[in-house]
Amino acid sequence: MDFGTIIDAAFSAALGPQAIVFALAAIGLNVHFGYTGLLNFGQAGFMSIAAFGLAVTVVTWDMPFWLGIVVGMIAAVVLALVLGIPTLRLRADYLAIVTIATSEILRLIFGAVEFKDTFGGSNGLNGFAGTYQRLNPYGDGVDLGIVSFSRNDLWSITVGWTLVAISSLLVFALMRSPWGRVLKSIREDEDAVRSLGKNVFAYKMQALVLGGVFGGIAGIFHILKQGSAVPTDFNTTFTFYAYAALLIGGAARVLGPVVGSMIFWFLIAGIGSFFSQATSGADPLLPEWLMTNTQASLIRFILLGLGLMLLMIFRPQGIFGDRREIAIDGR
Amino acid sequence: MRLRLAALLAAVAGVLMLLAPSPALAQATPTPTAPAGSAPAADNPIVPGANITVTLLDLKGGEGKPSPVPGVSLTVLKDSRSGAEVGTQTTDSKGRVSIGIEGNGTYVVELDPKTLPEGVELSGSGETVKTVQVKLASSNFVQFQIGAVVVEEASLGSKIVDGTRSGIIAGLLIALAALGLSLIFGTTGLTNFAHGELITFGAIATYVFNRGFGLPVVVAGVLAVLASAAFGFLQDRGLWRPLRNRGTGLIAMMIVSIGLALFMRSIYQYGFGGSTRTLSQYVVQGRDSYGPIDLSHKEIAIVLVSVVTLLVTCIALMRTRLGKAMRAVSDNPALSASSGMRVDGVISAVWVLGTALTGLAGVLLAVQQQVNFQMGFNLLLLVFAGVTLGGLGTIWGALIGSLIIGLMVELGPVFGVPASIKEVGALVVLILILLVRPQGILGKAQRIG
Repeated sequence: MDFGTIIDAAFSAALGPQAIVFALAAIGLNVHFGYTGLLNFGQAGFMSIAAFGLAVTVVTWDMPFWLGIVVGMIAAVVLALVLGIPTLRLRADYLAIVTIATSEILRLIFGAVEFKDTFGGSNGLNGFAGTYQRLNPYGDGVDLGIVSFSRNDLWSITVGWTLVAISSLLVFALMRSPWGRVLKSIREDEDAVRSLGKNVFAYKMQALVLGGVFGGIAGIFHILKQGSAVPTDFNTTFTFYAYAALLIGGAARVLGPVVGSMIFWFLIAGIGSFFSQATSGADPLLPEWLMTNTQASLIRFILLGLGLMLLMIFRPQGIFGDRREIAIDGR
Repeated sequence: MRLRLAALLAAVAGVLMLLAPSPALAQATPTPTAPAGSAPAADNPIVPGANITVTLLDLKGGEGKPSPVPGVSLTVLKDSRSGAEVGTQTTDSKGRVSIGIEGNGTYVVELDPKTLPEGVELSGSGETVKTVQVKLASSNFVQFQIGAVVVEEASLGSKIVDGTRSGIIAGLLIALAALGLSLIFGTTGLTNFAHGELITFGAIATYVFNRGFGLPVVVAGVLAVLASAAFGFLQDRGLWRPLRNRGTGLIAMMIVSIGLALFMRSIYQYGFGGSTRTLSQYVVQGRDSYGPIDLSHKEIAIVLVSVVTLLVTCIALMRTRLGKAMRAVSDNPALSASSGMRVDGVISAVWVLGTALTGLAGVLLAVQQQVNFQMGFNLLLLVFAGVTLGGLGTIWGALIGSLIIGLMVELGPVFGVPASIKEVGALVVLILILLVRPQGILGKAQRIG
């Protein structure tokens, strides 16, 4: 058992690009669920539409990179408007079902054989990240003992955590503003807000668009850091994991999603590395009949599911949250 | 005179050298028992690494079990029919040839019609050549039929008939699960994202009773339904009832159900593995013609079982005391409690009934298709779509909605929805319905707001 490797894996994942993707996606979900009480189960859809907006613009249409970023963000905004119009007047669980359905529709279309020429089929698209990678100022990767990153990861981390910081600041500023207070009061009592003369539908729509844009940024960052846009990355399970990350940190708190994502990936990578080591080698710590190496990679997901249940039952406010501020009792 | 159809089921396994392809392939390829008589070639093992594996089956005009065709010569050529020959083999007792290939590219499989046994002819126009695109980026598995041009040349009418048949079967299976979901939602208000895993539970329980304990599929199915009911009872007692008593909110419970779904799905994958497996009986069946409709015996059984179950359940809900109690609790739990009903008892009964129905959907799905650890999860959205379409919490609505969703999914390709993403049509309809009639087809307008 090499604890150095486990600690390296855990800390590298907690600070690495994948945690940033989750942090950005969870910041969006925080605007939706934490502050406004909207149940968006289709954050993966916002991510995929922005990601493929960029990839299709650059690869399929052969247009400039920065235009691709703009197209991706506009696509996320349009998706939010299209989703919001039919569902924001309805009960919360309708939005949940429609958003989850939409994200699946998008994933299936992006991965379909029939649209291979545009979206690249199940292998997705690549070759759009050149501009991003050329901007990389670093000459080499780093290894600080408990964390190690390659040159590309180092650049992604710089860009990513900057994005996370800007997004968090924006959310912090917006939620202190009168506009943010209206969102929170919609979460607490929609009818009361309506009786004060506020246009609840418009506020919800603005929140949906804002959170969707954060989701779009997460999607674009995700495909840039790995250099390829693959449809299966944007499945429903991703949204659920992002919710788990948000709930660990605490919904309706500015830093909740950020810390939550870091803890999420710390645990996922740490547990994964531990069980992988415990089952590998000639004389594994855990005998073969109990757990094979393939099964070892599943332990973290079993624990994740169990953890999400227990967290929601015993501490729904997460680490930083305030129990009175969680939109879990309304419908 | 009816021609006998010889169809080629070609399995193109583009497998990386490191992976052993045989288990996955053996699971996925129908391997009927070897026929006595004809002198087959020596057994052709599946070539390790990248290979093209072809299984030749006699469909016997759709009557009875397809049997393998031994002793037929097949040649694999690179790029085109005039290209370099990669290899030639004669089908073995399983009707199989397996020829190793170098890597990615286009390959042509050619069948020598002179070597076909007496009485077997190729169907359709009798084409003997099939072109295969091989991609080794990920291991893939393709099935196609040489000579089965019948399918491609089918008239619009017969396509609609076929789509309707599969649509109704799919719709009935979805309806069983949807009725379970709708009952539980109606009485407890829980949007249960772990419902797909209850379908998988039924299927995996059938597999365990069938393959593990060696019971016949029918007995295994009955036991699996009972196990599902017991599982539902325990789940309600152990998890959901304590949560209700604590006063946990509905959205919190929804997220708990997401956690439960992740937990259960990973447990299934841990125990069952990632592969797709078949039950021991009724795996491959030919279809008999009944007028314009072709049905296999297992499809008839599935339709009968599900229709009878659905009708009995619905009538029981309308007529019996317990059914009335369930609907009363679903309408207004507080009022039911104050009128002296044991609300918790009724909810327990609903969980038992709901999970039994859902488990039955899993059992029938395992018989109709195969068993996989995420089969229920893949169906979950369609179940949700059916319930929402019919009207959340209504009983007949769940049935009608599910049938429409099943038909939408299977008939979509006939009307231009790309076949590889046929679920998309149903999901789009779900969203459109919510635009114009958010309460669903049979829902009451005041239920939402």
